[in-house]
Amino acid sequence: MSDMHATPSAAVADQDVEFWMSKDHHPANGTLLGFWIYLMSDCLIFACLFATYGVLGRSYAGGPSGADLFDLPLVAVNTTMLLLSSITYGFAVLEMQKNRRGTMMAWLIVTGLFGAAFLGIELFEFAHLIHEGAGPQRSAFLSSFFTLVGTHGLHVTFGIIWLITLLFQVGRFGLTPANKRRIMCLSMFWHFLDVVWVGVFTFVYLMGVLP
Amino acid sequence: MNMPDLAKLIFGRLTLEAIPYHEPILIGTFVAVAIGGIALLALITKHKLWGYLWSEWFTSIDHKKIGIMYMVLGIVMLLRGFSDAIMMRAQQAIAFNGNPGFLPPHHYDQIFTAHGVIMIFFVAMPLVTGLMNYVVPLQIGARDVAFPFLNNFSFWMTVAGAMLVMASLFVGEFARTGWLAYPPLSGLAQSPDVGVDYYIWSLQVAGVGTTLSGINLIATIVKMRAPGMSMMKMPIFTWTSLCTNVLIVAAFPVLTAVLVLLSLDRYVGTNFFTNDFGGNAMMYVNLIWIWGHPEVYILVLPVFGVFSEVTSTFSRKRLFGYASMVYATVVITVLSYLVWLHHFFTMGSGASVNSFFGITTMIISIPTGAKIFNWLFTMYRGRIKFDVPMLWTVGFMVTFVIGGMTGVMLAVPPADFLLHNSLFLIAHFHNVIIGGVIFGLFAGINYWFPKAFGYRLDPFWGKVSFWFWLVGFWVAFMPLYVLGFMGVTRRMNHFEDPSLQIWFQIAAFGAFLIALGIGAFLVQLWVSYKRRDELRDVTGDPWHGRTLEWSTSSPPPEYNFAFTPVIHDTDAWWDMKERNAGRRLEGYLPIHMPKNTGAGIILAGLAFVFGFAMIWHMFLVAGLAFVALIVTAIGHTFNYKRDYHIPADVVARTEAARTEELAAHV
Repeated sequence: MSDMHATPSAAVADQDVEFWMSKDHHPANGTLLGFWIYLMSDCLIFACLFATYGVLGRSYAGGPSGADLFDLPLVAVNTTMLLLSSITYGFAVLEMQKNRRGTMMAWLIVTGLFGAAFLGIELFEFAHLIHEGAGPQRSAFLSSFFTLVGTHGLHVTFGIIWLITLLFQVGRFGLTPANKRRIMCLSMFWHFLDVVWVGVFTFVYLMGVLP
Repeated sequence: MNMPDLAKLIFGRLTLEAIPYHEPILIGTFVAVAIGGIALLALITKHKLWGYLWSEWFTSIDHKKIGIMYMVLGIVMLLRGFSDAIMMRAQQAIAFNGNPGFLPPHHYDQIFTAHGVIMIFFVAMPLVTGLMNYVVPLQIGARDVAFPFLNNFSFWMTVAGAMLVMASLFVGEFARTGWLAYPPLSGLAQSPDVGVDYYIWSLQVAGVGTTLSGINLIATIVKMRAPGMSMMKMPIFTWTSLCTNVLIVAAFPVLTAVLVLLSLDRYVGTNFFTNDFGGNAMMYVNLIWIWGHPEVYILVLPVFGVFSEVTSTFSRKRLFGYASMVYATVVITVLSYLVWLHHFFTMGSGASVNSFFGITTMIISIPTGAKIFNWLFTMYRGRIKFDVPMLWTVGFMVTFVIGGMTGVMLAVPPADFLLHNSLFLIAHFHNVIIGGVIFGLFAGINYWFPKAFGYRLDPFWGKVSFWFWLVGFWVAFMPLYVLGFMGVTRRMNHFEDPSLQIWFQIAAFGAFLIALGIGAFLVQLWVSYKRRDELRDVTGDPWHGRTLEWSTSSPPPEYNFAFTPVIHDTDAWWDMKERNAGRRLEGYLPIHMPKNTGAGIILAGLAFVFGFAMIWHMFLVAGLAFVALIVTAIGHTFNYKRDYHIPADVVARTEAARTEELAAHV
């Protein structure tokens, strides 16, 4: 394409063409794009863990299988906690757009509590499994199970730490543009973890209990 | 608590035994490094440079300074990685006829592992990242990258990773597993000591930096181009950088994940890659090559961009086939994900799988070949000037084509069954990495050095360096092709068959020639510094360049461009010169810039402590370092005042000084 451009003839003083901007150039803010790319890189880490689970998920090494171990009602409750936390985060963002700081912070606190409940149930499940002798060392299946689910849990943990930090910052500095941007980033992070959990729930728990 | 328990709590498995004082080579190295280091620190202290280094360099978020620091890191690590190479060549040249050589297997295995790891992660990666960091914002008419603080943090994380590798030389030992640390050899059962842990943590720490710098440069290129610069008007180097950074973001998480799994096997006792309890070592091999093959293109794509810029500049012609060059780059980017299995055809996945990956591998040579022809056609009927960057480019074209062809040979699965793990493979990938990446980096360094420092590199010593490298490469690696055909495998400590020795001696001589090439490069830097007044370039455009980085002064002011350029053509600066655009000399505005911060270096320092503590099972220290890391990171987010304005009159004064200088040198 560009080879077909005629070479501009030399020394034509081109007065109409602007070569240097007279105004200040403000490139669009790249934070949301950058954060979104980060999420995709994180998504690849989960993709690797899912792939590992896909390969090793039936390598029981004579130990218990998913059907033996998974307590689906408990996991369903847990899933509900996380899904609700996503909805409440959405409410927080709606409040943020109306510049209502107090209600926004309230919804963020509710979100954090749902997240903490999710983590609590997950830790209870892990402790129970380890107590039953089905710890991550027992078989390749359990290694990949604990790693996939645990990595998700670790992300939720960091999400909660971040959420608490943001609550302090919004409380102290208000809904400044910087803080709004941060709330949007955490929002993407939080919903992303929700999507990953839907995958975990389907591929690990629901399909894991199939014979 | 009694003393041994307390010591174990604090020091983990680190004891005085970890210091290798019974190995004379290491002691010698340590003494040399210690004396050199103390001398350097003393010099800095004597000239009172600490404050200057801290405030102008270490905490700088200026992409140009960070780029230069990356280059310094890469060059320093090149010396370390090359010492490993020359020791291997010397060992293999003499270890015949019952002579065990001077490196016992235990030590030799660490050397070939360290050589590979250092050359890829801490030489090629920093040099490539350094060039991209320096050049890309200038080429797109931006004032910095999208996330300047992140850029500084990424750099220091890379340094922290490099320091962990260096620490393994004097405290404990490095992995003895080869540069990709395949299990089960790298598992706890076969490698219980700290070597593999050094490997894991140095790559994890540096990998964080690499991933973040990839995200940063993508956002920079996508969001911060000057007005008028559509995607198809971007300079080719920026295009190849964009594709490289997409590859980084899409590949490095896989490395992170697989190393996490390996660490879990080693620290927690999981069974991902073990031989029992259902583990599967081939999982590791697959995953690490899903990162590893794109990594090859992460290294080579940017230098393809360098060659494109150099070829068109020194042929005085617009690049031939700009659009096809872009498409070829994008095709290579995509295909690089579809070939990983060719690294282990011998795994036994069957004929269909091997054929698929063999064919995709061969297909990659098509866009690559298109690039070669584009460069040749750019040179065709050009007014070629054989300055040093152009010499490296021509040397690359000849050398890289041969390396590419041996690559196509290896892509044929039946041939690969014979050549797998042989010295033929070693010759092949050095052929493309030295002939491609290293030659390209030297071309880029010679090409952009005057932009960064305001004076050209001495051409005589540049040519000496080029010829020693070129001849040295061929002498060092052609014997390995021969030996590979004879069936000699890689990573051998000593040999039984005396008829092979002559080939290893020739290869060692080649390595010696390369050493002279590296030496000549260091002399070139020194001589150029000494002769900087003669080599000075005040125009900012010493090569009669085509892209925007040449439109500003050398070195550029911290704000890069007093006025954001408006782009009308792919070769934007050439277009401006052709149409007498001139410089704009009035109407300066205050310029919005990011502020320096020490947070990056502090966080990376804590990451180093955390990595070191994990390696030695100093879990108390590791926990404290990790908490400190989180707290510092959170603390940094409370800093909202991260920018400032350069007042308009300061800009006006800087630009007026340049106007005067330009007038004085017409």
